[in-house]
Amino acid sequence: MSEPSKEIDGKGYWREVVRLTLVLLAIWFAVSYGAGILFRDWLDNVSIGGAPLGFWFAQNGSIYVFVGLIFYYCRAMNRLEKKYGVEA
Amino acid sequence: MGQDFWTYFWVVGTFGTYIAIALWARASSTDDFYVAGHDVHPMVNGMATAADWMSAASFLSMAGLIAFLGYGGSVYLMGWTGGYVLLALLLAPFLREFGKFTVPDFVGDRYYSTAARLIAVVCALFVSFTYIAGQMKGVGVAFSGFLGVEFNTGIIVGMGIVFVYAVLGGMKGITYTQVAQYCVLIFAYTVPAIFISLIITGNPIPQLGFISNVKGEDISMLEKLNTVVSDLGFLEYTKTDKTMLDVFAITGALMFGTAGLPHVIIRFFTVSSAGAARVSAGWALVFIALLYTTAPAVASFARLNFIDTVNESTYIADDADYDTEAAAIMAAGGKPTPKWFKDWEKTGLLGVEDKNGDGVIQYRAGADNEVTKLDRDIFVMANPSIANLPAWVIGLVVAGGLAAALSTAAGLLMVISSSISHDLCRRTFFKDMSDKDELRVARASAAGAVILAGIMGMNTAKLGFVAQVVAFAFGLAAASLFPVIVLGIFWKRMNREGAIASMLTGLVSTFSYIYYFKFVDTDPANWWFGVSPEGIGFLFMFLSLAVGVIVALVTAPPPQDVQDLVEDIRIPGTRTSHGIADEGMAPMPAE
Repeated sequence: MSEPSKEIDGKGYWREVVRLTLVLLAIWFAVSYGAGILFRDWLDNVSIGGAPLGFWFAQNGSIYVFVGLIFYYCRAMNRLEKKYGVEA
Repeated sequence: MGQDFWTYFWVVGTFGTYIAIALWARASSTDDFYVAGHDVHPMVNGMATAADWMSAASFLSMAGLIAFLGYGGSVYLMGWTGGYVLLALLLAPFLREFGKFTVPDFVGDRYYSTAARLIAVVCALFVSFTYIAGQMKGVGVAFSGFLGVEFNTGIIVGMGIVFVYAVLGGMKGITYTQVAQYCVLIFAYTVPAIFISLIITGNPIPQLGFISNVKGEDISMLEKLNTVVSDLGFLEYTKTDKTMLDVFAITGALMFGTAGLPHVIIRFFTVSSAGAARVSAGWALVFIALLYTTAPAVASFARLNFIDTVNESTYIADDADYDTEAAAIMAAGGKPTPKWFKDWEKTGLLGVEDKNGDGVIQYRAGADNEVTKLDRDIFVMANPSIANLPAWVIGLVVAGGLAAALSTAAGLLMVISSSISHDLCRRTFFKDMSDKDELRVARASAAGAVILAGIMGMNTAKLGFVAQVVAFAFGLAAASLFPVIVLGIFWKRMNREGAIASMLTGLVSTFSYIYYFKFVDTDPANWWFGVSPEGIGFLFMFLSLAVGVIVALVTAPPPQDVQDLVEDIRIPGTRTSHGIADEGMAPMPAE
């Protein structure tokens, strides 16, 4: 276990982590519950390839976004850790 | 080479591989046994997590289920993948930083309470046993359906294999066999999918075929499917008869349930740090998405193809020679019932009855439907023969189904055995037990759990409710485990009283609702707000959160040691030991 050499601004770090988490969860909600369920009928008026867009989000699109979200989170967290001198 | 040869070839070959891996990856300490020495590479852990997660139901049943439910099947697709976002953002990295072995470890230590630990053990055991019986049943079905082996013999063979690698290798053995099992199952799933996509749409990538036109026609595959099914009196494929609230609630229960399932969470204890746990969750979802984005494509192709080839086809009797009869029907300008249909009819998964006596099969919605038996598992299993693939591919699908069932069973066994040896023995009743003794107890309880699970699997024919009670697993995980873990990390003020109240609320409310509407009053008209037992865990999760917060606010805040612990797990690399929170067991440092 590596003791941090200097005092870490833990509060500042955590505030940014929570903010990042909330933004990503908003996107997570929007593509699944939003596009795939709540606004599906409306989105179905548009089609992607041959599939109604809302239906496609519910069965395929949301999953691609989920994968993207996690990897984006990893990158953003690494940046935050560097910024605050946190040793992961 | 015959079909039987290839099926045996794959099954024996893959089983041999699993055993070989188990002998290579033996566990020598409790660290190895519970968390694979916590030095598993994030991508390797991701692959193992994917196999751990994708069960016989994902592999064999899901595509068929979606084929029948159409848009309604989306709840499984979003629900069983979206939970990984919650895991990566809210749970996995922090629980790794917390640095112990099990979910009850976290609940018991964070809430400085033996009662809380024991409630978490009850939840973990209940969820895991519900789940594992279904896996063992899947193993029995695969063996009896394809190898002509007795159902019970099949389960004994499957148990024997899991026994070897789970008891010898613990989490370490399980991790590396799961990697092999993932490779087998994903190959077995995607190869037939590629071919059936080529046949229907001309596009080799199923995910693209899904949104393409039908091969050689100027109409999109889904549009054609909608027209075809509604012409036969079924609901349009891209529609559902479920209410929006119910779709919302089921998706939610599956998502939050996934994030709260102990056998998924403990996989993230096996990597080296919080950062590795995050990346690992990403990889897990990549490997899961490979199957989960293929499944809806397979589902729609299979439904379309089934109607195309079976509906209005002239039935060929069992005693007739298929080839001559089929040629005669075609010469007369008719459409013979496909060969694969005849083959699968023998298994009892498909059945027809010529109700109007015209010698032709009519597939319809309603009373004049002549396809009287259509098992939803048929679509994945029959895919290779529908696509005219060689015999070795069909054998591979059997091995894939077994890999899916065994890998999930093994992950669940870990939760069961660690609940007994670690949470109950070491952490609760025999606190001064040595590491060696604990390892011995862990092996013994893994062995006991395998046998118990096998016995449950053998009795699932009598216990016909297994499929029904899977709703319990997700609902309970969502309503009882998820809230206390998330509050334990994100709200420092959350205390023992709140946690116990929250878990009990989630456990009792969800259990009662599901039990009542599954076994006492099965009329959907009486569901609260039209929410099915499958989805109720989502609503009760909020109730459980609310009760937890209120009770915590009116009782004393948690001790300083615990508040310091929460600070530590939020910031990677700062975890140190904190008095009462860690007096029972020292945290494992990140590497």
